[in-house]
Amino acid sequence: MVRNVAIIGTGMTKFGEHWEKSLRDLIAEAGAKAVDDAGISGKDIQAIYGGTMSAGRLNGQEHIGALIADTLGLNPLPSTRIEAACASGGVALREAYLMIAGGHYDVVVAGGAEKMTDVYTEQASLALGGAADQEWEAFFGATFPALYALLARRHMYEYGTTEEQMARVSVVNHHNAALNPLAQYPYPITVDDVMKSAPIAEPLKLLDCSPLTDGAAAVVLASEDFAKKMCQEPVWIKSSAQASDTLPLHDRRLVTAIDASVLAGKQALERAKLKHKDISVLEVHDCFSIAGIIAVEDLGFTRKGEGGKAFEEGVFDLGSDVSINTSGGLKACGHPVGATGIKQAVEVTLQLQGKAGKRQVDAEYGMTHNVGGSGATVVVHTYGRDV
Amino acid sequence: MVGIVGYGAYVPRYRITVEEIAAVWGKNAETYKKGLIIGEKSVPGLDEDTITISVQAAKNAIRHGAINAKNIGAVYVGSESHPYAVKPSATVVAEAIGATPNMTAADYEFACKAGTAAIQTCMGLVKSGMVEYGLAIGADTSQGRPADALEYTAGAGGGAFVIGMEDTVADIEETVSYTTDTPGFWRREGQEYPRHGARFTGKPEYFKHIIEATKLLIQKTGYGFDDFDQVILHQPNGKFPLRAAKMMGIPADKMKLGLLTPRIGNLYSGAVPVALANVLDYAKPGELLLVTSFGSGAGSDSFAIRVTDAIEEKRANATPVETYLKKTKNLTYGRYAKHRHKIRM
Amino acid sequence: MPHRKSLALVWRRREQRYKMVGTRCATCDGHFFPPRGFCPNCRRKGRIEEKEMAGTGKVFSYTTVYAPLEGFEELAPYVMAIVQLDEGPRLTAMLCDVEPEDVEIDMPIRAVFRKISEDGKSGIIHYGYKFRPNKK
Repeated sequence: MVRNVAIIGTGMTKFGEHWEKSLRDLIAEAGAKAVDDAGISGKDIQAIYGGTMSAGRLNGQEHIGALIADTLGLNPLPSTRIEAACASGGVALREAYLMIAGGHYDVVVAGGAEKMTDVYTEQASLALGGAADQEWEAFFGATFPALYALLARRHMYEYGTTEEQMARVSVVNHHNAALNPLAQYPYPITVDDVMKSAPIAEPLKLLDCSPLTDGAAAVVLASEDFAKKMCQEPVWIKSSAQASDTLPLHDRRLVTAIDASVLAGKQALERAKLKHKDISVLEVHDCFSIAGIIAVEDLGFTRKGEGGKAFEEGVFDLGSDVSINTSGGLKACGHPVGATGIKQAVEVTLQLQGKAGKRQVDAEYGMTHNVGGSGATVVVHTYGRDV
Repeated sequence: MVGIVGYGAYVPRYRITVEEIAAVWGKNAETYKKGLIIGEKSVPGLDEDTITISVQAAKNAIRHGAINAKNIGAVYVGSESHPYAVKPSATVVAEAIGATPNMTAADYEFACKAGTAAIQTCMGLVKSGMVEYGLAIGADTSQGRPADALEYTAGAGGGAFVIGMEDTVADIEETVSYTTDTPGFWRREGQEYPRHGARFTGKPEYFKHIIEATKLLIQKTGYGFDDFDQVILHQPNGKFPLRAAKMMGIPADKMKLGLLTPRIGNLYSGAVPVALANVLDYAKPGELLLVTSFGSGAGSDSFAIRVTDAIEEKRANATPVETYLKKTKNLTYGRYAKHRHKIRM
Repeated sequence: MPHRKSLALVWRRREQRYKMVGTRCATCDGHFFPPRGFCPNCRRKGRIEEKEMAGTGKVFSYTTVYAPLEGFEELAPYVMAIVQLDEGPRLTAMLCDVEPEDVEIDMPIRAVFRKISEDGKSGIIHYGYKFRPNKK
């Protein structure tokens, strides 16, 4: 018997360059905020799952599970680090969800964090490149942006997607980030700004790419009984789905789509008994602008090949039928890798609770889409106001 | 008879002109073009070195010879720009062409004649029956100090020869060497660029050794210069081999096919091997070739090579040197400096 | 520069990177590069044998990299491509001997043996395949 699971508290740090804060400081801040928001005490919590992609390479620190429990003063609770590259946060959320749904715990904290500015940029790039296949991609010189550029080039070739359409994804993200006080880049940009920014791995330019970000986010999950007792406005996780595909991009069935997204997205909607039209707030994994376009196609919010056109036509602008990346997305809210999957859940929760401030949209159901690497791991969750 | 079963060459696609180099140092390009008889030189790609050049030349040679690489019992790579001071280039080459592991390998260095030294070694191994095939390679990404006269000529490329007893396209009828301790050009361990004795490299070094070795070959074979259809001499620039030929009474028209330095520069250990490959590209059965290499330090190896009927049969397998002489890409000095790793990163 | 790759890590892949030694399933004629130890199509009925790829193929997708990976700085801007081999498998490789503006999808290419990177100036040099235009 699968039990219902609710998010009863959320917390996150501002995303950005936190020169004065360590990984530990960021975890402490987000964790404390989430627990306070839930209105519970430490002794209610039974387990912790924390996502971080590369604390070992970025901070020289492994054993993150222990660090989290210690930092939050939650010893001797079981505390486990989850690593799934850029999907570390989303997978941590899913593990926590499964533990409650399966009846093992009633209250679990799921968090994610990354402190990326404690190394030089090239070391951060190498760490992020760790999501790629080291033997058959990175060895030959493929950077992480290069992989998404390969995806973009093929998408342009097969569907006529344009660089301007990709730029529109960044523009939408920045528009929303300007309304989010916790976003790294809270200001609007134009298509022209993107087009004129420096090439990184063409056709991708600097403003097509998500930045290096420090940040942490946490949510408190609870079983139905606990949530109904303790929380005025729980947000229910309606479904959780995760899928895998080949580690290197070149081995996939298609280079213009992420099959794991297609599958996880389909399963998530089926399990929640929801239709696309039910989802009005959607956080997609736009580590690069092209990833945003491919995400809306893979998740079925547009037909294949029409994602670029949809962004161009404003289909996903704030306040439309489905508002995408109200947080500002990875591009403009920032992408502290391990924290991103949790931040997406925080954002959708705030939207469904009506607490999203200036970027508030009218939404009954939401979805988050978190991708690891170039698409080898995808985790999708749906959320609703009713159990 | 022992001879060449297959041959192959490789020259990188990049070039830099004498004008482009001369402009950087405020020199008159015409002086060098006339004085050295050189127009442009080959430049390796950023990802090319003696090993990669050797592999491409060796693959071409194996394809031309239509042999199984597993039957190669020895691989010798002659170069003065081995990427490692210690660790053989030859093992990488042998692995890449699929000759490993039941074989021997070593690197050679004898300034510009390490490639022909490798040919002689392979001849000995093949004739003695120690190996079925020997692979002799001469290749370089030649060094020359910026602004030095060598900078106008130091090119990149290499040639490879499968030496064996059967199915030869050219038989090596005779080879001799002339060797003395005469320093004219050298590079000490750990030094980036070679030094040279300027005009001393001419008369007592290059001309002396080339002429003595060639004379020795003539004596030993009983041939006269008239018997040879083509002559290939080591070519540090365009001028030296022509002058040496004149001194020996060899007509200039026999030098034409085997003089590539004006177009691709001095390939050091690769110079004579690539020139020989080019001559073989056009050779007809029965032709007799005179080849004399030269390496500073100093020595010359001289060869009398008779082209066989098989040259025509195997021609379809060849990758002609001309393939690498057309469709080239000219570099600015800035990009040349990058290609030669002269920019500090 | 720190030593990034251990000797064994690079050495054990020399057959694949030097010669493109992959595998082939004798049951379905599927080709695999990098090699697979079992056939994903035939599973238990598959019969896997070693097979050297010819090294010819075409550009499936490409990008010019301006922000290089550490250790590839000197090469920038360089072109990375997904290569479709004639035998079927796709792989990721750098293109060489071509200017970025001349690259296009479906361009015929062939493998050449090149220096990939080095473990600093004093470290080991890594060699392997790159692809260059294959003019007929």
